[in-house]
Amino acid sequence: MANTSAQPSPKTYLVGLVLALMLTAFPFALVVWGSLPRMQILLVIAIAAVIQVLVHLRFFLHLDLTHTPRENLLAIAFAALLICIMMGGSFWIMFDLNHRMM
Amino acid sequence: MLGKLSIDALPFYSWVAMGGAAVTVFGALGVFALVTWLGQWRYLWDEWLTSVDHKRIGIMYIVLALVMLLRGFVDAIMMRAQQAFALDSQGYLPPDHFDQIFSSHGTIMIFFMAMPFLTGLINIVVPQQIGARDVAFPFLNSVSLWLTAAGTGLVMASLVIGVFSTAGWTGYPPYSGIKYSPDVGVDYWIWALLVSGMGSTLTGINFAVTILKRRAPGMKLMRMPLFTWTAFCANILMIFAFPALTVACTMLALDRVLGMHFFTNDAGGNMMNYANLFWIWGHPEVYILVLPAFGVFSEVVATFSRKRLFGYHSLVYATAAIALLSFTVWLHHFFTMGSSANVNAFFGIATMVIAVPTGVKIFDWLFTMFRGRIEFSAPMYWTLGFIVTFVIGGVTGVLLALPPVDYVMHNTTFLVAHFHNMIIPGALFGYLAGYMYWFPKAFGFTLDERWGIRSFWCWIVGFYLAFMPLYVLGFMGMPRRMEQYNVPEWQPLLIVASLGAVVILLGIVCLVVQLVVSIHNRLEARDLAGDPWDGRTLEWMTSSPPAPYNFAIIPQVESRDAFIEMKRRGTAYSHPQQYTDIQMPKNAMAGVFIGGFAFLLGFAVVWHIWWLAVVALLGIFAAITGRAFNDDTEFVIPASEVEKIETERHRKLAIARKHYGHDDQTPVADPFPGGAA
Amino acid sequence: MTGAVTAEHEHDTHEEKTLGFWLYLMSDAIIFALLFMTYVVMVNNTAGGPAGRELFDVGHVFAETMVLLASSITFGFASVALVSKSKAGVLAWLIITFLLGFSFVAMEIIEFLGMIAQDAGPGRSGFLSAFFTLVGTHGLHVSLGLVWIVVMLAQVAVKGLTAPVGSRLMRLGLFWHFLDIIWIGIFSVVYLPGVL
Repeated sequence: MANTSAQPSPKTYLVGLVLALMLTAFPFALVVWGSLPRMQILLVIAIAAVIQVLVHLRFFLHLDLTHTPRENLLAIAFAALLICIMMGGSFWIMFDLNHRMM
Repeated sequence: MLGKLSIDALPFYSWVAMGGAAVTVFGALGVFALVTWLGQWRYLWDEWLTSVDHKRIGIMYIVLALVMLLRGFVDAIMMRAQQAFALDSQGYLPPDHFDQIFSSHGTIMIFFMAMPFLTGLINIVVPQQIGARDVAFPFLNSVSLWLTAAGTGLVMASLVIGVFSTAGWTGYPPYSGIKYSPDVGVDYWIWALLVSGMGSTLTGINFAVTILKRRAPGMKLMRMPLFTWTAFCANILMIFAFPALTVACTMLALDRVLGMHFFTNDAGGNMMNYANLFWIWGHPEVYILVLPAFGVFSEVVATFSRKRLFGYHSLVYATAAIALLSFTVWLHHFFTMGSSANVNAFFGIATMVIAVPTGVKIFDWLFTMFRGRIEFSAPMYWTLGFIVTFVIGGVTGVLLALPPVDYVMHNTTFLVAHFHNMIIPGALFGYLAGYMYWFPKAFGFTLDERWGIRSFWCWIVGFYLAFMPLYVLGFMGMPRRMEQYNVPEWQPLLIVASLGAVVILLGIVCLVVQLVVSIHNRLEARDLAGDPWDGRTLEWMTSSPPAPYNFAIIPQVESRDAFIEMKRRGTAYSHPQQYTDIQMPKNAMAGVFIGGFAFLLGFAVVWHIWWLAVVALLGIFAAITGRAFNDDTEFVIPASEVEKIETERHRKLAIARKHYGHDDQTPVADPFPGGAA
Repeated sequence: MTGAVTAEHEHDTHEEKTLGFWLYLMSDAIIFALLFMTYVVMVNNTAGGPAGRELFDVGHVFAETMVLLASSITFGFASVALVSKSKAGVLAWLIITFLLGFSFVAMEIIEFLGMIAQDAGPGRSGFLSAFFTLVGTHGLHVSLGLVWIVVMLAQVAVKGLTAPVGSRLMRLGLFWHFLDIIWIGIFSVVYLPGVL
C-alpha cells in the first residue's frame, strides 16, 4: 500500500506504547497517591495529556512534518486553531455568565 | 405500533393549515402522476435520481432550492398579510399557526433554499472551473444530495402529518424543550436539521478535497477563479461549523426524548449554552451562505466588465479573512444575554472588524467596473442591485454590532430588516445571478434576458418596500414575530411591507415566466459554443451542456483567467492528436436508499415509532456496507466514443463561429435534455 | 488502461480519501471539543445529585485505558501485517483488536449500568447528562469502529489484501487511533479531575 508518511513498523508502535504508558500512569498515580495541591495536579494532568496526544499522533497516526501531505497537516492545524477559539471563547462566555449569576 | 402517531396528527386545526397540507399532498401526487403519464420513471431513476454526475446533482439541488424558495415565500407573504390586518384583531391565522409559519420560513429559507442553491451552483461550476472531470467522491456527493432531500422531506411532511416547530428557526430552549413544546414540531425541526446538516458536512469534505486535489495541471491556488476560492472557504466552514449545530440539536433531542438536562430550567440545565453552541455554528453559517454569492458576483463583474478582476489577491485574502473571522464573533447574536461589558465589547469589535475585508471586496468590484466596457446583462443587474443594497445592510449591521445599540434594537423588526438586508442581496441575489449566468452551461441555451431583468426590478423594488418599513418599525419599538398588535401607528408601515411582498411575488412570477419563455425559445437561444458570455474561466471551455467527462483532454493552465488567455492565444479549441479512454464513476442507487432511510429514521424518531427507527438504521447500514463491498464503481468511456462526442462538439463550434447567435436552420440536436418538450 | 495508469489512479484516490478522512476526523474532533466544553461548563451542575467523586472508580478507568491502548497497539500490528502483505496476520491482529475493543465497550456499559442503578443516570442532573453524552459518544464511536472491524474482517477474508481493502484498513486505523486520542481527553478532563 502506498503510504506517504513513514511506514508503520513494530518498533514505532512499541516506542509509542512505552511513552503512552508512562504518560498515562504518571497522572493516574499522582491523583491516587500524590499529595500536590489540586491546581498543580490538574496542570500536570493537562501537560501529560497534551504530550500524549502528540505521542499518539507521531507514533500511531504516523504524522510527521516531512512525509505527511501538507494539506493533511494544515487541516489538523486549522482544526486545532478552531478548537482553541471555540473552547476558549465558550469558556470565557459561559464562566462570565456563571459568575454574573452568582 | 405507531408511537405517538394517530389520526389527530392531521391538520384539522385550521382551514389554512389544511389548505397547506392539501397543496403539498396534491402537488406531490401531481408530480407523481405527471411522471407516470409521461412514462419517464425509468429515465428519471437511471439518468437523474441515481446519478453521481456532479452537473446533474447540481441541477437537482437547484430544483430543490427553487421549489423550497416558493414554499418559504408563501410563508413570508402569509406573515406579511397577517400583520397587515392584525391591528386589534386576530387576523386570519391563529397564534400557534402564525408561530409555525415564521419558524418554517426561517428554517426553510436557510437550510432548504439557500444551502441547496449554493451547493447546487458549487456542484455544477467548481469541477469545471478547476478543469476536473468529476468531484473527488462522486458517490458521497449523491449521498449528500439525498440527505438534504430527506431533511426537506421531513419539513414538508410536518405540513401534512403533525405540526412544525413554533420555536423560531433558532429553536431556543427552554421554550423548545419538552415541557413547553410537548408536540412533535420541534422534533421535526431537529431531525430535518440533523439529517441535512450531515449532508452539508459531507459536501464540505467532498469539495474541499476536490479543490485541493483535482485541479488541472498548472492551476496553482492563486490561479483559481474567485468562485472556486469562495466555494473552498465556504466548504471549509461547512466542515468545521456544522458540528456545532449537530451538537446543539442532538443535546436538545436528548433533553426532549431521554429526559436529560442540558438546557432545562431545572436539574442543573444551562440553557445559555444552547445559544452559545447554536451561534458557534450560526455565524459561520451566514458566511457559508454569503461567500459563494460573493464568488458569483466576482465572476459576473469581471465577465461583463470585460476586464480582469481588480485586486484578485485582496479578494482572496479578504475571503479567507472573513472565513476565519466568522468563527470569532458568535456572541453578537446574544449580546443581551447578560455577559459583562468586556465580553460584549470584544465580540462587538470583532464584528466590526469583519466589515473591513467585506468593504475591500466592495471596492474591488467597483474598481473592476471602473473604465470597463460594462454590459448590462441580467446577472449584472443582480450584481449592481446587490452592491447598493448590501452596503445599506452592512451599515445597519455595524450599528447593531455596538452592544448598547443592540440592547435597544434586539428582538425588534430592525433586526429582521437587517438580516434580510444581508441575506437577500448578499446570498439570494448572488444565487439568482449565478442561476442566470450558468444556466446555459447546464442546459445548453440561455435564459430570456428581458424577463430576468423584469424579475430583478420586481425583487429589488419589492425588497425595499418590504424591509425599509421594518427598519422604521424597529425604531418605533415593534417586536419581531407579532401575531397581533394594538399600536395603530404601525399599521400603515406594515401595509407597505406587505405590498413589498406582493411586488416580490411578481418577481417570482417573472422568474417562472422567464423559465417558460426560455424553454419555448430554446432553439433560438442555443449556446452552441458553450461560451455565451465570452467567459474568462475554464467552465466556458466545455460544451453546453458538458460531456459527462467535462474535458476530453485535461487543460494545461498557464495563468489566471485561463480560458480567456487560451482564446487570445488561439489554443482554446485545438484538436488533440488522439483521444484516450476515460474512466468515470458508475451511477449508484445506494445514495437514494440512504436518503430514504434517513427520512424514515427522522420520521420514526419524531413520532417515537422505535421499530421503524431500528429498521431505518439497519437499512442505512445495509446500504453503506453493500456499497463498501463494491469495488467495481467505475466504467470506461472508450476513446472512440469520446472522439464521436468531441467531433460533434467541434462541428457545433464551427457553426457557432460562422453565424454566432443567429442561426436557426442548421440541424443541431434539441438542447433540452431528454429531447422531449 | 495500462496497469501503470491504474496503479497511479489508485494511488491518487487513496491520497484523496486519506485527506477526506482527515477532514472528517477533524469535523468529529470539533464535536468532541464542544462536548468537552459543555461537560466542563456543567460539571458543577449536580442539582443535589451525586458528583464525580462519588461515582468514578479510578481503577476501572485505568483498566479501560489500558485495554483501549492495547487495542491501539494491536491495530498497529495489523497495519504492519498489511504492509508485509500477510493476510493471516491482518486477520489475527484485527480479531484481537476487536476483542479488546469489545471488552472496552463492555466495561463502559458495566460502568454506565452501575451508575444508573445508583439513581445516577443521564436524567438525574445537568452534570450527568453531559457526562453520559460525552463518554457515551466516544463509546458509540468505538462501537461503530467494532462494526467496521467486522466488515473489514469480511472484506479481507473475501477479497484479500487488494489496494482498496488496504486503503480502507488504513482509514480504519486512523479512526481507531483517533478514538484513543479522544480517550486521553476523557480520562484527563472527566475522570482524573472528577476524583481529585
